[in-house]
Amino acid sequence: MKKEMNSAEMARPKKWQDVPMAGVAFGASAEAVETGQWRSIRPVWDSEKCISCLLCWNQCPDRAILTDENGKVSGIDLFFCKGCGICAHVCPKDAIEMKPEADFPSDSGSR
Amino acid sequence: MPRREIISGNWAFAEAMRQINPDVVAAYPITPSTDIPMKFAEFVANGKVDTNFVTVESEHSAITACVTAAAAGARVMTASSANGVALMHEIFPIAAFFRNPIVFGLVNRSLGAPINIHCDHSDSMGERDAGWVHLYCEDAQEAYDSAILAVRLAEHKDILSPVFVCQDGFITSHSFEAVSMLDDKTVKSFVGERDADLPLLDVDNPVTYGSFAMSEYYFEIKRQQVEAHRNVLKHYDSVAREYESISGRFYPKLDKYRTDDADFIVVVMSSASGVVKDVVDELREKGVKAGCLRIRMFRPFPAAEVAEVLGKAKAVAVLDRALSIGGTAPLSAEVKSALYDAGAHVPLQSCVYGLGGRDFFPQHAMEIFADLQKGNIRAEERYIGLLE
Repeated sequence: MKKEMNSAEMARPKKWQDVPMAGVAFGASAEAVETGQWRSIRPVWDSEKCISCLLCWNQCPDRAILTDENGKVSGIDLFFCKGCGICAHVCPKDAIEMKPEADFPSDSGSR
Repeated sequence: MPRREIISGNWAFAEAMRQINPDVVAAYPITPSTDIPMKFAEFVANGKVDTNFVTVESEHSAITACVTAAAAGARVMTASSANGVALMHEIFPIAAFFRNPIVFGLVNRSLGAPINIHCDHSDSMGERDAGWVHLYCEDAQEAYDSAILAVRLAEHKDILSPVFVCQDGFITSHSFEAVSMLDDKTVKSFVGERDADLPLLDVDNPVTYGSFAMSEYYFEIKRQQVEAHRNVLKHYDSVAREYESISGRFYPKLDKYRTDDADFIVVVMSSASGVVKDVVDELREKGVKAGCLRIRMFRPFPAAEVAEVLGKAKAVAVLDRALSIGGTAPLSAEVKSALYDAGAHVPLQSCVYGLGGRDFFPQHAMEIFADLQKGNIRAEERYIGLLE
């Protein structure tokens, strides 16, 4: 699903002539950018409490709420999640809890 | 059929816009450029153009709409003056950075305060470093021709830069004079259709405009814009010659009026050059080797060519219609810099004239030439027609 960063367009230019005109970014390149590095608190999802109302999916600014083939919530994509906590805030069932990143020393959520 | 009509500078520019038939015009009215969008709105209302005419709530919004439309791939034009131009200031470098080939009718008016509706060049000079091409027109004919020529210049693949087509507020914009206009078909085939690079509307090849560029690449993108302006100097003449082939009128970067053997040269821009040229003729009849160098292209500045014209003169005066308070007036600074690079130490008098629409008369030009002949040249700026 994620595009490689080292495609021809996104390769790190070595000379000013090689930078894309107008500094444009080519299609869907944001999918390769790990915004999850910003996170200091992490959403922990409880599948037992979740009713898949999709309020969190709708409100997430980073498209980090994962859904399965039936459109039900299936987890959180920590590669993109910046830890804003909106999902936990809007959840009517308290199925998402924000926890400090320090609680997960061996699992950064990075790919 | 080509026509010759009595028309104002603003109407001439609007008529060129009608013939160009841009995809998008977003504008907000301000004196003395108001006539341009006003006349153009008539063309829209009467079905004379297919343009999407966007009326907005401020100049900032007008230029923002222009930038986004141009990034989408549209051919875009607009117009403004003075504080309207200043309100657009934030967006101008973005247009240049996005390589939006917008053609902009800039009708020069003094920047307030004090509020004043008359001509000087303080508005466009404030946008000197925005990355736009600056063309300054002497009369309505040139404003008409430059609007059409500028479309091709701006959209040239090695250039892709927005262009200001400047004319003097009221003096040119509101005076009626005879202007020769091309027939619609000729203009249409000269400008053709815009073939946009990386347009936002090409959904099969999506791009993001306005991405973040920190210390790693900001500098490199700016260097590309420098190259685009170097390419303006390289390609301008061929575009202007092509325009000459359909119109019979050639507009060089520098209008060299009797400068070939001139000992004394006055450098000036826009409408005041007409006065200086008349005085040059008068002095030539008396045997004085006088000349006038009119700078039509201010950005990019054709420095080497300017130095070539002025380098052998005995004395030069540069007339600026704008101040750089606490420093050297913009045109003077450019000319001095060009001469320094060429190793030419020509005695040079900086003069500021015409601020806020102060009249510039033949006697003023006569006095400037007399001082050059007498060697009455000072390092400090002189103020022409100031109450003192």
